[in-house]
Amino acid sequence: MPHIRLRDLEIRYGKNTALRGINVDIPDGQLTAIIGPSGCGKTTLLKSINRLLDLYEEVQVRGEVQIDGANIYDPKADVLELRKKVGFMPQRPFPLPMSIYDNIAFGPRMHGITGEQIRVRIQQLKSQHLVEAVVGPAMSGAAPGSPMDLLVEHYLRLAGLWDEVRDRLREPAAKLSVGQQQRLALARALAVEPDVILADEPTSALDPISAKLIEKQFRLLKATYTIVVVTHVLRQARRIADYVMFMYLGELIEHGPAQQVLTAPRDERTKAYVSGEIS
Amino acid sequence: MGRAWGEMGTRVIHSLRARSRQDRVVAWVLRIALASVNVLTVLIAVGLLLKSMPILRTQSLGKLLLSSTWKPLQSQFGLLPFLSGTIATTVLAMLLAVPVCLLSAVYLAEYARSRVRNWIAPVIDLLAGIPSVVYGLWGVLVIVPAVRVLGKALGYSTTGYSLLAGATILGIMVAPIIISICTEVLRAVPTEARETALALGLTRWEVTRHVVLCSSRRGILAAVVLGFARAAGETMAVLMVVGNVPRVPSSLFAPAYPLPALIANNYGEMMSIPMYDSALMMAAFVLLVVVALFNLAARLALLRFARDEQ
Repeated sequence: MPHIRLRDLEIRYGKNTALRGINVDIPDGQLTAIIGPSGCGKTTLLKSINRLLDLYEEVQVRGEVQIDGANIYDPKADVLELRKKVGFMPQRPFPLPMSIYDNIAFGPRMHGITGEQIRVRIQQLKSQHLVEAVVGPAMSGAAPGSPMDLLVEHYLRLAGLWDEVRDRLREPAAKLSVGQQQRLALARALAVEPDVILADEPTSALDPISAKLIEKQFRLLKATYTIVVVTHVLRQARRIADYVMFMYLGELIEHGPAQQVLTAPRDERTKAYVSGEIS
Repeated sequence: MGRAWGEMGTRVIHSLRARSRQDRVVAWVLRIALASVNVLTVLIAVGLLLKSMPILRTQSLGKLLLSSTWKPLQSQFGLLPFLSGTIATTVLAMLLAVPVCLLSAVYLAEYARSRVRNWIAPVIDLLAGIPSVVYGLWGVLVIVPAVRVLGKALGYSTTGYSLLAGATILGIMVAPIIISICTEVLRAVPTEARETALALGLTRWEVTRHVVLCSSRRGILAAVVLGFARAAGETMAVLMVVGNVPRVPSSLFAPAYPLPALIANNYGEMMSIPMYDSALMMAAFVLLVVVALFNLAARLALLRFARDEQ
């Protein structure tokens, strides 16, 4: 069963209906792109998946968002556990007001991770072979690093940021460039071990080279994590998506494998959007 | 046709020239406006210093500041009771006000629905606009008796006119400004900050504490500084409840006598006493320096924060 299933999802802001009749199973271990013109409900859909919509007032949700079979809008649902499982990257990265190192260690620490748990996790991470084995500066030198050092290094490597920051881990994260901050946000989200990563136009504030780096990491990570990316850049969807959901005026018009939706869409509106007639 | 274009071209150039001249004029007006405010501050400081020169010539600065004997008829002008009264009432007021204000601001910015916020904000602004003499009267009617009861219960013999009463009134008076600035500062933290932290599986309070408050510490400090400056200079309301006995306050329930109250109570009276006038000017100058020093300290703290963040 896929991690994320949406059933008859309808979302309203006050009197305005932002989303209606959304039914879809988002495939695991793939990168799903939500595309569509501005204001079509892409971001609302994305934020409904880990209840970030709770931040806004007067939001009404009907229907179900099921994560691993459980409806997250059930009053008894554990929102904290849910959000741990479903990570989020906002459009503009926000470095937490602390060092680069602490930005990564923050999540695990808040969840009270123990040294032993970290060691177990590092073994798991190593077995995924996503990045080369961790031999941190602390490990290669005489003094062995703390387990947390290894964990931080590992997630920075997963986000493709390690080589740029290895010598300045104690500097404030705000000193990084926006592109680096966005990869830091990725590493920070990964550090609480989610199954799913949601990203809301993660490259829209970035220069093309930084954007490429993010896309590269997504391609690397999608085998292990289910990734859902909102994008308004059609070319980006073509580059990275395995599965595509096309939204228009609050409705999910078409969804399917990227190849099919982007090259042979069935619906007229999708055709118009993919061919650039509407944007 | 060509001629029409030409005319239009001249008109554009002409008006561009006029507009850039206007731009320069406006820039100068703005500069002068700013300069005049700053010059005024300097003039006040210099004026007070000049007026306090006579007493500084006859008595040492150390003696003036550190002596606690205030006997104008014997030419003893020890300012320590007043200096300590000002610092004690102000610091105590901030200790009482800041935690409550900060928590209120957190509630308004992070937890309250916008309807509550829109309803509360004007009430807080209204509190800021109440004349200080009204606060003073209310203090005499409510705070002073309350402090008397509390003091008696704790075994102090007190009239209620005390350091604690003054600090309480001050704390209440500076609360609106601290609350409204802190609320604005907290609300200025981008939504992304909250989304980022919430998405890590943190509770709302953890997000507020570790992310929102940490990101806003500079603004919060600025709010506290403004509150402190206002509290240190507040005269009327404090004067009415603080007791006005020129002695270094020995407890929360003992009377105090802050610098502004000293000046307001005495300036214009008994001016025939030699040096009295100059001593009061000296008191005003000391008050100015206390506030300036606190501002300076806050500025240094802000710089430090900025260095930590950059």
